[in-house]
Amino acid sequence: MNSLNGKVAIVGAADTEVGVVPHMGATQLCVDAALRALDDAGINKEQVDGLITCNSMAEPYMYHAEAIAEYMQIFPRYCLGVGTGGGTTFSVLHHAASAIATGVCDTVLITMADSLHSGLSKEQAMAMQASTGHQQFEIPYGPTVPAFYALAGQAHMAEYGTTPEQFAAIAVACRKHANLNPAAQKREIITVEDVLNSRMIADPLHLLDCSLISDGGSAVVLTSAERAADFKSPPVYLLGVGEGHSHEHISQARNLTTSAAAESGQRAYDMAGVGPSDIDVAQIYDCFTPTVLIELEDLGFCEKGEGGAFVENGNVELGGSLPVNTHGGLLSHCHPGNPGSMFALTEAVAQLRHQAGGRQVKDANISLVHGQGGILSSHTTLILGRDKH
Amino acid sequence: MEQIYPKPPLDEESAPFWEGAKEHKLMIQECNDCDNAIFYPRTICPHCFSDHVTWTEASGKGHIHSYTVVHKARPPFKQDTPFVVAIIDLEEGARMLSRIVGDREDVSIGKPVSVVYKKVDEDLTLPCFQVEE
Repeated sequence: MNSLNGKVAIVGAADTEVGVVPHMGATQLCVDAALRALDDAGINKEQVDGLITCNSMAEPYMYHAEAIAEYMQIFPRYCLGVGTGGGTTFSVLHHAASAIATGVCDTVLITMADSLHSGLSKEQAMAMQASTGHQQFEIPYGPTVPAFYALAGQAHMAEYGTTPEQFAAIAVACRKHANLNPAAQKREIITVEDVLNSRMIADPLHLLDCSLISDGGSAVVLTSAERAADFKSPPVYLLGVGEGHSHEHISQARNLTTSAAAESGQRAYDMAGVGPSDIDVAQIYDCFTPTVLIELEDLGFCEKGEGGAFVENGNVELGGSLPVNTHGGLLSHCHPGNPGSMFALTEAVAQLRHQAGGRQVKDANISLVHGQGGILSSHTTLILGRDKH
Repeated sequence: MEQIYPKPPLDEESAPFWEGAKEHKLMIQECNDCDNAIFYPRTICPHCFSDHVTWTEASGKGHIHSYTVVHKARPPFKQDTPFVVAIIDLEEGARMLSRIVGDREDVSIGKPVSVVYKKVDEDLTLPCFQVEE
């Protein structure tokens, strides 16, 4: 079987300052993230022969990756700018790993940044909102991004009896982790009552069920497992990767309460030769709290419909059976839009290097990282390990 | 200041739907080969790729697949808040996003609904739904 298992390693990983960063534009953040990751890897730009970026909403370019390459005067033989984020952030890792494994290039820099908090004009913010949803058959009815996800949350409540308190437990866990992370945008501890008392955005989503709006960037360096030992930082190996894609528009979803994470997860587990019980720490895409709950079920951490019970009582907190989003996630660490998933990836690297400080999961050897984008549309699951196998 | 609602970009593929709405008809497509109902409008059947796709007037009846009450929205929809956005399963088998008008207390998943028409202006009428008595 053609498999990427153990063939590629992350040898550099770093974040910029995140949260509210008005003194840097999106392009500067993207370059800053790249420089930090190259420094972490201990290499210079001449050793980079592949470059992947995602486009910025605040400072878009028609050819974004080429614009960053030009800014940094890098001349890659493999260069890709993607227009979207979420799950796409990890699908490009899939592409990059495939390119390395097939000899298309040796060392790929993936750098992503945006400044959604400080960098968007009012017109850009309006355009961003208006771009989400089917132009003819959804947008005229006035749905918002939280409303699209709320449709899945409501369906889960009706089908399985999930409660707003259970959704809130996810936000509480993320905030507890962010409290231990000096880089996080929101660090003050919150309770389930705080979440339920925050302003209603779209039933059942309260303000604190929704992710942040942030500035920031993050980058990783990938190379082959053979070359990984030559780099400065300890490598983290790609054990498995899988994707699942089910729709673009939520009104066309096959199912509101079971996502294509079920497929991406199984494909990643199969490649890695591990299962959910082998995962020591997980980073699960958390644009809104119901997203996490549905993904936890689809990735096999609990039975379908039992996500509500699974996230209660501190299970997904540090010290629980499956610590989730140990950096604080999009809910509390930061969410600058398309690059949002990258911070989950760099956190997984920190956890597997045992460099996560006060939020370190003891003896973490295998981490699962899951990203989704669109409205539960596009899913990629990564399984990473300290060891090759 | 009057807020302008976004207009769906009309095209030939979907014109019968929007023209029908103006005449208070809920038009959907059906496949003559595999008999599936199709929404949104397409030039081919997405199930069997047949191009024998024809327009038909739906009954306008269905039930609520899911819904949410939108409390926060940007202009122009801000002036409508709170409003109910829902996914409707039409009895013909197609599924569409819409709004539910009327008392929000009556709205819950699984309830039967029927189509009503909201005239935005001379060019645009939106099919919406109300909970059946």
